[in-house]
Amino acid sequence: MAGRIAVVVFPGSNCEHDVVRAIDIVGPGDVDASLVWHSDRSLSGYDAVVLPGGFAHGDYLRPGAIARFSPVMDAVAKFAADGGPVVGICNGFQVLTEAGLLPGALQKNRGLRFLCTAVEVEVSSNRSALTGNLEAGARLRIPINHFEGNYTADRATLDRLRAEDRIVLRYVDNPNGSLDDIAGVCNEEGNVVGLMPHPERACDPMTGLVDGMGLIRSLVDAARRRAKLTA
Amino acid sequence: MKYEVLVEVRLRPGIADPQGATIERALPALGFDGVDAVRVGKAIRLSIEAPDESTARHRATEVADRLLANPVIEESGISVLGSASGALSGTGTTDHATGAR
Repeated sequence: MAGRIAVVVFPGSNCEHDVVRAIDIVGPGDVDASLVWHSDRSLSGYDAVVLPGGFAHGDYLRPGAIARFSPVMDAVAKFAADGGPVVGICNGFQVLTEAGLLPGALQKNRGLRFLCTAVEVEVSSNRSALTGNLEAGARLRIPINHFEGNYTADRATLDRLRAEDRIVLRYVDNPNGSLDDIAGVCNEEGNVVGLMPHPERACDPMTGLVDGMGLIRSLVDAARRRAKLTA
Repeated sequence: MKYEVLVEVRLRPGIADPQGATIERALPALGFDGVDAVRVGKAIRLSIEAPDESTARHRATEVADRLLANPVIEESGISVLGSASGALSGTGTTDHATGAR
């Protein structure tokens, strides 16, 4: 295998198999995805990590509030600090913000509606592990499926995200009230990325949407590069 | 000694509160005029084993900082409601802007 991707499963995750399947479709043969239970303490041997969507620990207290204390999260933080690609999708994004690996927080949607629909997003920056293969300005049609996707951060954080080109994806038509239309952000180095839309649900022509493939392919390539680097 | 503690978690001032806004908009339709500044938070009751009230309050503050509130958008207030003995020095609520975790 030229790359191994860990898909972390918390009690209540529900998109882990979709992520594995999307990676299988996009990176067949040389990149392998496998499930890692949240109580595992090691991510050794992996070249990328995905925190998938769902309702980790029932979203009790706040989405991600309990999951951030799962044993695996220390390993995720170490892997991230070492430059490893880490992507949090939807609930996984919420976990990353709660863990302090990404700035800001996800609040209840403006209008208090659970949103389940395909939306158009624009690639704002391609200096992240999830958008490396795409052009800034590219528009993608990707499903969203969340109640708490309304990205919020203080003014200083927003200014910093803009100045450092860390806003990865923006909604074309803001569905949830997110600050500055933000659908996804990354850390300073670009290796840790969180987004509310579900690229793994847009990787199979059978589902009618395929625009997620460029995002998943960027992640798969980031895993390949990491595998070469650490070989 | 067991101390009954109430932790109130609320959104920081200036953070938009879609739930509070929705409730506020619903009130005039029910005939409640002149009600505004509706903010929705969480009330969490805990029982804390501690040698004295100040220690119980301190421990509750740590619990609020570490887990109950997200400092990016929330702050917390701690009230010690009572002890197993019923005797309290009565220092009331401590408002507390949660720090970084």
